[in-house]
Amino acid sequence: MSNKINHSMSLAKPDAVDISNKQKVALAIGILGLFILVLALFNTNFPNKGLFLTLSLGFISVGILIYSRDAYLTKLEGIKNDGIWFKSISSRGVWGWILGVILTAFYIVLYFYPQYLGLGKDGASNTGLISLFDPLSNLLSGRNASQWFVYGTLYTIAILAFGYKFMLKYRHNRYEQLRTVSVMFFQLGFAFLIPEFMYVMNSDLPYYDLKSVWPLNYYIFDEWSVKGFLSNGNIGLGLILFGIISIFVITPILTYKYGKRWYCSWVCGCGGLAETAGDSFRQLSSKKMSAWKLERWLIHTVLVFSVVMTVAMVYTYLGYDHNAFWLTKGLFIGLVIGFLTLVFAGVMYFKRKEFGRDAKYGAIGYFVVIALLVIMHFTGTTDNVFFIKGSALRSAYGVYIGSIFSGVIGTGFYPILGNRSWCRFGCPMAAILGFQQRLFSKFRITTNGGQCISCGNCSNSCEMGIDVRAYAQKGENIVRSSCVGCGICSAVCPRGVLKLENDTMEGRINPTEILLGNDVDLMDLVNKK
Amino acid sequence: MEHIVIIGNGISGVTAARHIRKLSDKQITIVSAETDYFFSRTALMYVYMGHMKFEHTQPYEDWFWEKNRIHLKKGYVKNIETKSKTLQFADGGSLQYDKLIIATGSKPNKFGWPGQDLDGVMGMYHKQDLDNLERYAPNNKVCKRAVIVGGGLIGIELAEMLNSRNIPVTFLVRENSFWNGVLPEGESTMINRHIKNHHIDLRLGNNLKEIISDENGKVKSIIIQETGEEITCDVVGLTAGVSPNIDFIKDSDIEIGRGVKVNRFLETSIQDVYAIGDCAEQHEGINGRRPIEAVWYTGRMMGETVAQTICGNRIQYNPGHWFNSAKFLDIEYQTYGWVFAKPRENEAHFHWKHADDTKCITVCYNKNTNEFLGINTFGIRMRHGIFDTWLTEKRDVDYVIAHLAEANFDPEFYKTYEVDIHSAFKNELQTV
Ligand SMILES: Cc1cc2nc3c(=O)[nH]c(=O)nc-3n(C[C@H](O)[C@H](O)[C@H](O)COP(=O)(O)OP(=O)(O)OC[C@H]3O[C@@H](n4cnc5c(N)ncnc54)[C@H](O)[C@@H]3O)c2cc1C
Ligand code: SF4
Ligand code: SF4
Repeated sequence: MSNKINHSMSLAKPDAVDISNKQKVALAIGILGLFILVLALFNTNFPNKGLFLTLSLGFISVGILIYSRDAYLTKLEGIKNDGIWFKSISSRGVWGWILGVILTAFYIVLYFYPQYLGLGKDGASNTGLISLFDPLSNLLSGRNASQWFVYGTLYTIAILAFGYKFMLKYRHNRYEQLRTVSVMFFQLGFAFLIPEFMYVMNSDLPYYDLKSVWPLNYYIFDEWSVKGFLSNGNIGLGLILFGIISIFVITPILTYKYGKRWYCSWVCGCGGLAETAGDSFRQLSSKKMSAWKLERWLIHTVLVFSVVMTVAMVYTYLGYDHNAFWLTKGLFIGLVIGFLTLVFAGVMYFKRKEFGRDAKYGAIGYFVVIALLVIMHFTGTTDNVFFIKGSALRSAYGVYIGSIFSGVIGTGFYPILGNRSWCRFGCPMAAILGFQQRLFSKFRITTNGGQCISCGNCSNSCEMGIDVRAYAQKGENIVRSSCVGCGICSAVCPRGVLKLENDTMEGRINPTEILLGNDVDLMDLVNKK
Repeated sequence: MEHIVIIGNGISGVTAARHIRKLSDKQITIVSAETDYFFSRTALMYVYMGHMKFEHTQPYEDWFWEKNRIHLKKGYVKNIETKSKTLQFADGGSLQYDKLIIATGSKPNKFGWPGQDLDGVMGMYHKQDLDNLERYAPNNKVCKRAVIVGGGLIGIELAEMLNSRNIPVTFLVRENSFWNGVLPEGESTMINRHIKNHHIDLRLGNNLKEIISDENGKVKSIIIQETGEEITCDVVGLTAGVSPNIDFIKDSDIEIGRGVKVNRFLETSIQDVYAIGDCAEQHEGINGRRPIEAVWYTGRMMGETVAQTICGNRIQYNPGHWFNSAKFLDIEYQTYGWVFAKPRENEAHFHWKHADDTKCITVCYNKNTNEFLGINTFGIRMRHGIFDTWLTEKRDVDYVIAHLAEANFDPEFYKTYEVDIHSAFKNELQTV
């Protein structure tokens, strides 16, 4: 065993040795910025909130900028992973746990006790941390801040500042740089600014982050949301149509051409945070076979849950009567079942072989969903489904999946479970995109003949916990539903073995036993069977 | 049931075991003195550098072995009695085999330097060397300077390792340019500059004379042969190549040379005894390869081949076109086909280097027939499959240069250099 392991539990060594004076100054500036936020949290009433907010966010960003410039620009271009398994913060050491606890606590307060952050309830004005953000919120949309505005601002700053850090770290790698610019752009524009401006234009529209696609924004088909859109004339109708087109047209086409990475590593906000602020924790994801098994059960269960929940939500507010609205409960359920059956039958017919052993689980999943839907139809009343209130189902999903899983565990546990545990174990969107990627996509990671030396850098860096080496050392392409195409496995490979590519579907999956470089007859002989 | 015993749990022994299991139901035992489980030797450096933990160097999870009924035994084999088909262990035990595969790998070369066994002097091959390094060079307070002797692939890895912990390194290289017995001059000198850019004290054309001890039997300094200069240091890394790890076989009946002598079927001079990997020595090199090939993938291929033979499908070890790869600090290197340091008779080299001094290629071809013979590439990834095909098809060099883009394996959106290379190639032809 490596005798380094105990080091990671130490607070000072060997991290502190490695950090330069400039980095210490940068750290101090950043902490000063955070300190202002903490003071605000404990209800310090700053005289000029706008000024202090600017100072705080400015200090935090500048701190991160200076720190990363000193960390990367003082060295030659190349892979910068020295000491990640020694540093306490990135190897589940004491600092890692401390950070994990702080983040988790923050998420719990954010989701469940926003009043502690200073949210003014029932029209009361904000206090504490949230009031510090009022000036910025007023500037953008003319209303006071909410806890979500505070969160969104910090989230965006994190993606921008750590995105810059990530780009310096990979300054020799254009793929990494471009996709980071892309997530920074989508976060700042689509998730942060545009919704605020949309509110200014039309304050009745529900919040809509255009790049967020169902089932990630599971609330889009809620009654209040749909009504909100529909009562807003053409813009609203346009938006909800865009939502539907995103799911059924745009997403499948892009995933077919580029794999799910177009979304997960180039657009998505959760992915954006994971790739930037979470980059230091990517190596913590478990590569064990058992973790993979857990992943497949968990993520598909969430998918089933989200499909059934969404259908149930829509179902409860549809009428029985044809004349009221053309889409009735019965027709709706029929359409959903028909669609799912079409997908299932199509896959079984065309892709049975590639599906392989997973076919059984696919079938189980399919029948579970259908059964649930049928039961729902026959037990459902105007507002009850499965004998419980439809809204209760919806809020259970919101609490357990939307808040606890994606926020508290997904992000709060970055320093413990790695930066993409939500994306890997929970995200229903990732499950759908992954399903397409596995079966209908040109994307794969090609391995380079016999060059792999089984060193394991690739697996170590895979945030999705894919044991990339297990494929590479067999010369087998990596076609995995969970791969988000971050490209880091390819970047860190010291032998140039991995390349993310979009190519023809033909020969994409190529199980081999004997690699290139050997006796040609032997390769044929062994690979034939 | 036939009992197959394999000495050595490196890539060659483990590959043989896995393939024998795939092909048969034989009883399999792997013996090793080094570690409980197979790990990737090539990744040792990343453990010291903190990129990975040691457990990450193990390509298979611990349950894999039992599940595949591959029995693992830890112990050092002291002696092989081929007449009674028995292995004697250093701790006194013994083990019977029906068929034996020797896959004991290499050990670092030591050339009888005075002081070569002092504390703080080590090779970089086994897990124990890594532990040693961790002990004598945990940081730059304990180890104020390290000296590396021998400028090969392992030497430069060791330099990178020490560099990652900010330990000053003096790198003694016998040749007058780094690895120029293998690399053509343009490449070798580029790597010289790259090493120096990493603030490594590269001493070309310098040999080790002796290692000097302090009063506790630990290294204190070294003396350079050429200049007589004494360099104070706390660690000396001996990385002047490796040779087969077969001392324990010397007293057996098995024929040895530098390594265990094998024929094309990887059979030794004794029936039912085979040798594969770093420790095997062919009577004659195959297709221009050396008789002993101490690289990862040849060990793997020999394992695949011997498994066939042992399971009743006797076939020759028949490696295809030569290829290999390495990394010099931040510069990746790949090679396909043959490119020698100096063009041999009837051969010519075309060399292209990028202005940033971190990328270059050298293409070797036959002057008379224009046949493409091989390529070295630095800082640009290339496709193994394509070059393998081109070599088999005996493409000419113009074709290869014109189609270089097809072979590019760099990540998406990278700058490409094929146009540059192509025009440099045409210019060179015109001036010749
Ligand atoms: C630092 C380093 C970096 C390298 N990098 C590369 C690279 O990038 N690319 C490349 O192609 N190659 C590389 N190599 C070479 C490559 O690792 C070897 O060619 C390969 O490991 C040889 O495998 P093997 O199975 O023949 O032997 P080994 O891996 O050496 O395994 C032999 C095992 O047998 C055990 N053993 C020996 N004698 C006995 C005995 N008497 N009783 C019991 N057990 C015994 C040894 O302890 C050892 O565990 C590198 C080597 C080193 C050291
Ligand atoms: S693919 Fe590259 S990083 Fe992964 S094990 Fe092989 S050589 Fe190492
Ligand atoms: S396999 Fe590679 S590209 Fe895919 S998620 Fe893992 S590290 Fe990223």
